[in-house]
Amino acid sequence: MLRCLHAAVAVFLASSALGAETLTVAVFPKLDEAVRLVLPAWNQRHPDVPIRLMVLGYADHHNRLATQLAGTANVPDVVGIETSYLGRFKAAGVLENLAASPYLAGQLQPRFVHYAFAQTTEADGRILALPADIGPGTLFYRKDLFDRCGIQESGLTDSWAGLLAAGRKLKAKTGAYLVANPRELKELYLHATLKEGEGLYFDQNGKSLVESDRFVQAFELARAARKAGIDARINTWTNEWAAMLRNGKIAIVPSGSWFAGPLASWIAPSTAGHWRVTDLPVRGNAAWGGSFYAIPKQAGHKALAWELIQLLTDRNNQLNALRAPALQAFPALNDAQQDPIFDSPMSFFGGQTALQVWRHAAQATPATHLDRNDPVAVDLVDAALDSVLVGGKDIRAALAKARAQIELRTQR
Amino acid sequence: MTLPRRRHGAAPWLFLAPFLLLFLLFVAVPFGGALWLAFRHGDAATGAAGLQFVGLGNFRFALADPLFWQSLGNTLVLTLLAGVPQHLLALALAWMIYRYLGRLTGLAGIVGMVPYVTSAIAIALVFTTLLSSEYGLVNQWLARIGLGPFDWLHDPLLLKLSIAALVCWRYVGWNTVLYLTALQALPVALLDAAAIDGAGGWQRFRHVVLPQLRPMIILALTLTLIGGCQLFDEPFIVAPDGGTERAGLTTTLYLYRLAFDAGDLGGAAAMGWLLLVSTVTLVLAFNLLWGRGAWRRVE
Repeated sequence: MLRCLHAAVAVFLASSALGAETLTVAVFPKLDEAVRLVLPAWNQRHPDVPIRLMVLGYADHHNRLATQLAGTANVPDVVGIETSYLGRFKAAGVLENLAASPYLAGQLQPRFVHYAFAQTTEADGRILALPADIGPGTLFYRKDLFDRCGIQESGLTDSWAGLLAAGRKLKAKTGAYLVANPRELKELYLHATLKEGEGLYFDQNGKSLVESDRFVQAFELARAARKAGIDARINTWTNEWAAMLRNGKIAIVPSGSWFAGPLASWIAPSTAGHWRVTDLPVRGNAAWGGSFYAIPKQAGHKALAWELIQLLTDRNNQLNALRAPALQAFPALNDAQQDPIFDSPMSFFGGQTALQVWRHAAQATPATHLDRNDPVAVDLVDAALDSVLVGGKDIRAALAKARAQIELRTQR
Repeated sequence: MTLPRRRHGAAPWLFLAPFLLLFLLFVAVPFGGALWLAFRHGDAATGAAGLQFVGLGNFRFALADPLFWQSLGNTLVLTLLAGVPQHLLALALAWMIYRYLGRLTGLAGIVGMVPYVTSAIAIALVFTTLLSSEYGLVNQWLARIGLGPFDWLHDPLLLKLSIAALVCWRYVGWNTVLYLTALQALPVALLDAAAIDGAGGWQRFRHVVLPQLRPMIILALTLTLIGGCQLFDEPFIVAPDGGTERAGLTTTLYLYRLAFDAGDLGGAAAMGWLLLVSTVTLVLAFNLLWGRGAWRRVE
């Protein structure tokens, strides 16, 4: 009996010791694949410190972090955060300052793409995350459809009026829609016209920008598209949307480079060769998604967590994540962007060296302000656009109402 | 006469412990937590320390928020749009099954329950595929008779109708079973007597069956009212952001988005309490207006 008790105590102590040396990494789908790619290297380096991956769906993962990071128990050692949530977690004060000793992440700044590193950095110099992958914004377009209408790439990017004209011609000649929903054009305009230091919905002081001319013009563009009948009136990321992309019924998707992964792997693999990528209209450049790694203040193994983040963001592993077919995570590291793979033609894009387009976009993208209230504003601005497109409401009145609602929600 | 008090020690508490534990964990603690949160404001990501006491601030915010009122209106409209046809269909189905299916009644009840026990996600995915404006079967069928195409999932009015149809389809079987159970408890002599007096099928249903089913109808409508006020699954899957012009944004969906997308747990908790008050008020009003005597015990 006593032996059994001793054995049980020994097992308990061993498992406790093992538990103490487990590095917990909480990420959302796809980013977990990037972590899995470094597991062999990590296990070789630290055979006694296994990595425990906690993977939840995109929204659930961030919801869990919201209640988990401020706690003291079960706090992960490394967390993945998507761009749209980064502003909120930075403002919450729950992330470790990587600018301080022993991390001294400020020294790494020149190695990363300018805009992505700037998004991790606060005005007071604190660095609260490191970029994992970036999403330089570009237009994904169906070259075969536009060829049938005699529309060149420049017809899509030279001017906003030209883009709408191309949409009208495309619809008349092929029956295909320019975009899935005017919301995409609104987002495209809002992103493409951002300047260094500006915020998408709020300025640096948290003041709402939704009544600015930028929003009025974005809404006018969306309304013109709806009036011209060149949007498919469907929501993105639905079964219907995927089917229309597969069947060549939607010709343009404005998105970050990361969209190449899902497009080629599960949305429309049968359309290989028909797609191309090009810059955003009127020579605009914008960040469009991306992921970051951070260490929570309450993490139990900060030194090991920092070592893992450095491993995840080293040149080789950034390139491995780029090469993974379903992942195609665009490297945030300048050095990785000089790899010869960037000169390779991509068969899905008809032999185009699409990586070069994204590299150019990444280097030219301005650093913009991420606000903790961006998700609130997105929701209310989309509702305002609906009231214009469906309810026929005046644009300025709709935006004034949206601003009032945003302020009601954010200034309490 | 008073019974002698007997000492039971801890035994009653031990027997009660499983219930008390579950009640504390899953009812009392969440209720207490929601009440605590309703008077605090701050981002959940900052932890409990970041949630400041704001008195009635969250309730004032909720009452001033047009989206909250819109969501309450949507909830009420969807409850009615889904509830009324649901019960009319269920009553008719129950009566037909009772009259014509004989020994197959049990089987019909099981079949009727299938939508109720099927995963809401699977149902919603099938419905969104059927109702797709471009590839949906519904629009293809309608096109054969020269109608449409209709934008079932994006037009504000049609979106409401689509969600209501989905809810109606899902719960009509459940209500059919409730009414069928009540019908089977009816004294056969009553229906026989009405038949001997010359009452036809409709007259027997209208003047004999319906009055006898009244307690069950009140119960089923009360359950529908409560369920309608908590409507979340179907609108969340069909239109997770509330849909065009927020036509599908129910109150539970709105407070979920407020809590988890915007991190405003306090505002969401306050809205949860206001929704509870609205639900209880509606149920009480309904029972005062139409439920008098329905709950009376029949001796």
